[in-house]
Amino acid sequence: MTRRVVITGLGVVAPGGIGAKAYWDVLANGRTATRAISSFDASRYRSRIAAECDFRPEEAGLTPQEIRRMDRAAQFAAVAADEAVADSGLLFADLPPHRTGVSVGTAVGCTTSLEREYVVVSDGGRQTLTDHRYGVPHLYDYLVPSSVAAEVAWRVGAEGPVNTVSTGCTSGLDAVGHAAALIREGSADVVVGGATDAPISPITLACFDAIRATSPRNDDPAHASRPFDRSRNGFVLGEGAALFVFEELEHARRRGAHIYAEVAGFATRSNAYHMTGLRSDGAELAQAVTAALGQARVAPGDLDYVNAHGSGTKQNDLHETAAIKASLGEHARTTPVSSIKSMIGHSLGAIGSLEVAACLLAMRHGLVPPTANLHDPDPKCDLDHVPLTARETPVRSVLSTGSGFGGFQSAVVLTGNGTEKGGLAQ
Amino acid sequence: MSTGRTDSTTDTTGTGSTTGTAVVTGIGVVAPNGLGTEEYWAATLRGESGIRRLTRFDPAQYPSRLAGEVLGFDPSAHLPDRLLPQTDHMTRLALTAADLAVLDAGAGPEELHTLGAGVVTASASGGFEFGQRELENLWSKGNEYVSAYQSFAWFYAVNTGQISIRNGMRGPSGVIVADQAGGLDAVAHARRQLRGGASLMVTGGVDSSLCPWGWTAQIATGLLSTSDDPARAYTPFADTANGYVAGEGGAILVLETEEAALARGARPYGSVAGHAATFDPPPGSSRGPALRAAILGALADADCPPGDVDVVYADAAGLPDKDAAEAAALREVFGPHGVPVTAPKSMTGRLYSGGGPLDLATALLGFRDGVIPPTANVTLPDPAHRIDLVTGEPRAVATRTALVLARGHGGFNSAMVLRAPAAPRTPSP
Amino acid sequence: MSVQQIITLQDIVRALRAAAGEGDGVDLDGDIADVTFSELGYDSIAVLETVGSLERAYGFSLGDEAIQEAQTPGQLLRLAIEATAGVAGLAA
Repeated sequence: MTRRVVITGLGVVAPGGIGAKAYWDVLANGRTATRAISSFDASRYRSRIAAECDFRPEEAGLTPQEIRRMDRAAQFAAVAADEAVADSGLLFADLPPHRTGVSVGTAVGCTTSLEREYVVVSDGGRQTLTDHRYGVPHLYDYLVPSSVAAEVAWRVGAEGPVNTVSTGCTSGLDAVGHAAALIREGSADVVVGGATDAPISPITLACFDAIRATSPRNDDPAHASRPFDRSRNGFVLGEGAALFVFEELEHARRRGAHIYAEVAGFATRSNAYHMTGLRSDGAELAQAVTAALGQARVAPGDLDYVNAHGSGTKQNDLHETAAIKASLGEHARTTPVSSIKSMIGHSLGAIGSLEVAACLLAMRHGLVPPTANLHDPDPKCDLDHVPLTARETPVRSVLSTGSGFGGFQSAVVLTGNGTEKGGLAQ
Repeated sequence: MSTGRTDSTTDTTGTGSTTGTAVVTGIGVVAPNGLGTEEYWAATLRGESGIRRLTRFDPAQYPSRLAGEVLGFDPSAHLPDRLLPQTDHMTRLALTAADLAVLDAGAGPEELHTLGAGVVTASASGGFEFGQRELENLWSKGNEYVSAYQSFAWFYAVNTGQISIRNGMRGPSGVIVADQAGGLDAVAHARRQLRGGASLMVTGGVDSSLCPWGWTAQIATGLLSTSDDPARAYTPFADTANGYVAGEGGAILVLETEEAALARGARPYGSVAGHAATFDPPPGSSRGPALRAAILGALADADCPPGDVDVVYADAAGLPDKDAAEAAALREVFGPHGVPVTAPKSMTGRLYSGGGPLDLATALLGFRDGVIPPTANVTLPDPAHRIDLVTGEPRAVATRTALVLARGHGGFNSAMVLRAPAAPRTPSP
Repeated sequence: MSVQQIITLQDIVRALRAAAGEGDGVDLDGDIADVTFSELGYDSIAVLETVGSLERAYGFSLGDEAIQEAQTPGQLLRLAIEATAGVAGLAA
């Protein structure tokens, strides 16, 4: 018998709000959380704006040793995992540990801590032969981001399969797919998974400056992220985490759990084209969408909402429009397609899971979050992008798409009405 | 209601139409004691180690000075000039290993240029040498000195992306990080993609962070050997075990469904019969490590009783307590001295995400040639371990089932069972 | 800005080689001033990497539109000379 996978818990650390409730408040009201960078002096950079989290780890419940040990991305993941576990109502201490797994996505892992420590061991870049005597004890854990999955595993007592998934900007969707795969194949009954990233640091800004991928709209940070708009000029960097409790359907039903949605389809493809470039036809993303819909047995016409990658670069938004048209056919124009990156920026590996979280909340509230800052749509991005204001409508079946450096193209399909206990469509 | 599938490929969450066997049809090795599969294998059977004093930078000021470096690697002899400015050393090694594996598999455009061909690699450190150079540019000269290639050359997904681009593979791809255990988990994930409908996967792992900054991070664990004697620095399971030596390199494998491989006349080295991954309880827990559970899970997945296992390629941490824990798990499953155990990684150092895939390659070559390669630098294992460690000369014995183990920093355990092909593959001339 | 900082096509070619490597079957020493970067096998990242190294070496800065405009080594040379003249003019 096929094992089905549902989401029963949700936790979020996002720009504009910590916790799922505050996060939804941002999205539902079309508020933007992009602003001038405050965490360091970015005055020498081309793009000096980002969507930062107002995150205070002590207030979020982390202990002094956890704060010292964990990179900011791991801290986000830990706090989001705690919220997701509490939200699920599942008593993890009562679960058989070897049947619980972890799947956490991240694109750049502990890069903020790595850079901070590099500055010390190199004495501000003066020493090529970096001085190990100044290395902190957890430096290796910053180097290898499986430490982030390990932190989550320790918190929830997971002793089954534990992985970090690091496929760049599709990590957040791929980690959801991986979590579902572990349950579906029988390797675990419960998986805590999702994604996190905290990339707002000098080295990340500098490399995106060098390829001119980020928006230089420094004079108007709140309106800098403009997916699908004619005036869009790059993405705005973000940060955050969304973690979920994934559960085998019968496992969830037996305990009468609240079910947000079923992870009904997932597929990923590669464009085999370029490390950063996208072919304009969007063929591989379209293939991923078609495969994910096929698995979910959802027809394009049954989709109530598409949460787009919509990064706000010239190239992505054209690529994605082509992919959605190719995969949804005549339904492409009649399905709402919005980008929440307009509000919370692009948090690299985390964003896919933040988008899945947005989809779950959209299903629960019957409200499609808008594309903020979309005043003058690019005529070539001619889908229903839900400009400026959220739209009330029943949301039962959703698609979330992602695209990233390395050529990764991923799609997740979620189904279920998400409003009643165990009220999942059969 | 259903759209049906319009192409023949994947879906890791899907019901998966095939549960057929996944076979290895190509091997590409880049190791400290051999660049190229047969070069590595010959050196390994000779007991020739690649561990020596670091040459990439002057290690005099560091407490650990030995490493397994891939020497004599000239990237321009293997890769187009255009790829060199945009790639870290470890990506060049990975692309070279992938080329060797694809060539060995005899896979051509028909097999590769499809939506059914994907790439899953493991990574531990990403392109750290590239990263150090750009951090130095940033902090010593200014942010405008950071290379455009830093946007992807260092990140953990780079090898999968570059391999898929170089080989035109448009299928399901992935990147797994679980420190040293990740290499086996990546191969298991590739098998998962084959079960979901993909036809060919390039998989494995290649790692290197042998730059001062990477070395500084590795030293921070306190687990690296501080010996200056290549013969005594990394002696897993011996009573002299005092830490491990880090290396670089690994292996890339071509994994195919048995049907697809046989249909095109490929000769499998063997099959991936079983896998399981587990995670240790938190530090300080009263519960023991979960390595034994991983072994039992992999054997169950392979439908393989412990008595059928002919050889174990050990994780071989080279630390007294971790060696003892691994020996205990092996005793619990196989009984004292119950199965030949070996650690050829004593000749390469621990290769992080490359370690597991290299052990898989070694086990498959061992099937082919009817031999178990030795653990170098160990004359006798610590008798307290009560394991049958293969030392000295290679042991000439036909093996049909191998168990490969890998453990990663923080508590990751991975176990994989390999089976020899029904029709033995004969050595290449 | 001194006289020897005037940029030549050779400087552009040298920067291309260093930043993005030699191409297969392309003679960079041939007459390539009007051959597009994409025909020479250089993608947008290669051009950005090249422009970055020239900007640092010669102390000028090209805007996003200018980079879009620079489709060939010759066009890049012209824009770079204009930009350096601008810098020199300011410095004078």
